[in-house]
Amino acid sequence: MEDELESGVVKKFLYVNRRAPHGTVYAHEALEVVLIGAAFEQDVSLAFIDDGVFQLKKEQDTSEIYTKNFSKIYAALEMYDVEKLYVDKDSLESRGLTENDLSVDVKVIDSKEMTKLIVDSEVIFNF
Amino acid sequence: MLHTVNKSPFEKNSLDTCLRLIDDSSSVLLIEDAVYGALENTSISDKIKKAQQATKFYVLGPDLKARGLDKSSLISNIEVIDYKGFVTLTVENDKIQNWL
Amino acid sequence: MLFGILVNEGPYQHQASDSAYLFAKAAIEEGHTIFRVFFYHDGVNNGTRLATPPQDDRHIPNRWSELAQEHEIDLVLCVAAAQRRGMVDPDEMKRHKKDADNIADKFRISGLGQLIEAGVQADRLITFGD
Repeated sequence: MEDELESGVVKKFLYVNRRAPHGTVYAHEALEVVLIGAAFEQDVSLAFIDDGVFQLKKEQDTSEIYTKNFSKIYAALEMYDVEKLYVDKDSLESRGLTENDLSVDVKVIDSKEMTKLIVDSEVIFNF
Repeated sequence: MLHTVNKSPFEKNSLDTCLRLIDDSSSVLLIEDAVYGALENTSISDKIKKAQQATKFYVLGPDLKARGLDKSSLISNIEVIDYKGFVTLTVENDKIQNWL
Repeated sequence: MLFGILVNEGPYQHQASDSAYLFAKAAIEEGHTIFRVFFYHDGVNNGTRLATPPQDDRHIPNRWSELAQEHEIDLVLCVAAAQRRGMVDPDEMKRHKKDADNIADKFRISGLGQLIEAGVQADRLITFGD
C-alpha cells in the first residue's frame, strides 16, 4: 500500500465517535479512517460517546433513504484487528439503550474508565 | 492534557461531556462559540466554577472580542489568551482532545 | 515541534478553517513546523482555486496557498471526499475524463493514509471542525 509507513512507530490511537449516523457524514467517514488506519498497525481503540452510541444500534436499514448502510462495517472491524470498542455507559443509558441494542461486542465503561482511556491515548481523532 | 471545546454550551453538550470526562491535570480551552461558556451569571457558570477547582480554563481572546465580549464579562480566573498562547498550550500539554 | 492539523469543515460556512489557519500561522511564528494540513469531509472545499469572495473578505483558499508557499506546508485533500465533492486536480481530471480541474496552488489530493501518517509522525495532532 502506497501510504504505508515503514517507521515502525506504534502509537495509541483513539477514535472518538460522538455523532449520530446518517444525519451527517461524520460517523461514516470516521469509519473510513479507521479502516485505512488499520493498515498502519497502530494500537487502535474506538470510543463511542454521546450520540456516537447510536452508530452501533442494531438493525439499521438505509434502503429507503438511499445512503450506504455502513453500520454493517462495525461488525467487520475485527477482521482488521480493530477489536477495542468502548461505549460510554452514561451516553448509552441516557439514550434508553442497553448493550443488547448494539450490533457488535463492545466494552461498556463508566466515566472514570472513559477518562482513563482518553488520557492514556497518544493521538486522538475527532470528526 | 489539553481539551478544546468549540460549541456554545447553550446549544450543544460538548462542554458538558468534556467536563464529565476530563481528569484533574487537564486544561480546557474555549474557542469559537464555546467562548460563551466562559460568561459569568449564566445557567452553567456554577458548573464551570466547580470544575475550576481542579481544571484551569482558558478562552481564546480573538473569538471573545469578535463576539462583543471581554474579560469583564467572564467568570474570574478564566485566562484570556491569543493564538500564540493557544500554540503554547498545545506544546505544554503532550496531547490534545478536541470536543467538537 | 511538528504539528499535524485536521480541517473538517469547508470555508466560509464554519469558523473551523479560519481557526486552523490562524493556529497554523501562530505555530509557525513560534518556530514550529506544520507537518501537514489534512482536509476532510467538506474541508476539501478549502482547496478550490475557483473561489471568488468579495474583495473586502478574506480569500480562504488563497490564504492557505500562500502560507504553504512561504513555509512549505503540505496541504492534502482527502481523495474520497474530494471526488464526491467535485474537487479535481490535473491527474484526477484525466483519470475521470473531466473537462477541468479546480485545485488551488500548493494543494494536492491523496488518501486517508496521509492523515494517519500525520498522526504517527507529528508531535501533536489538532482538529478544527464542526
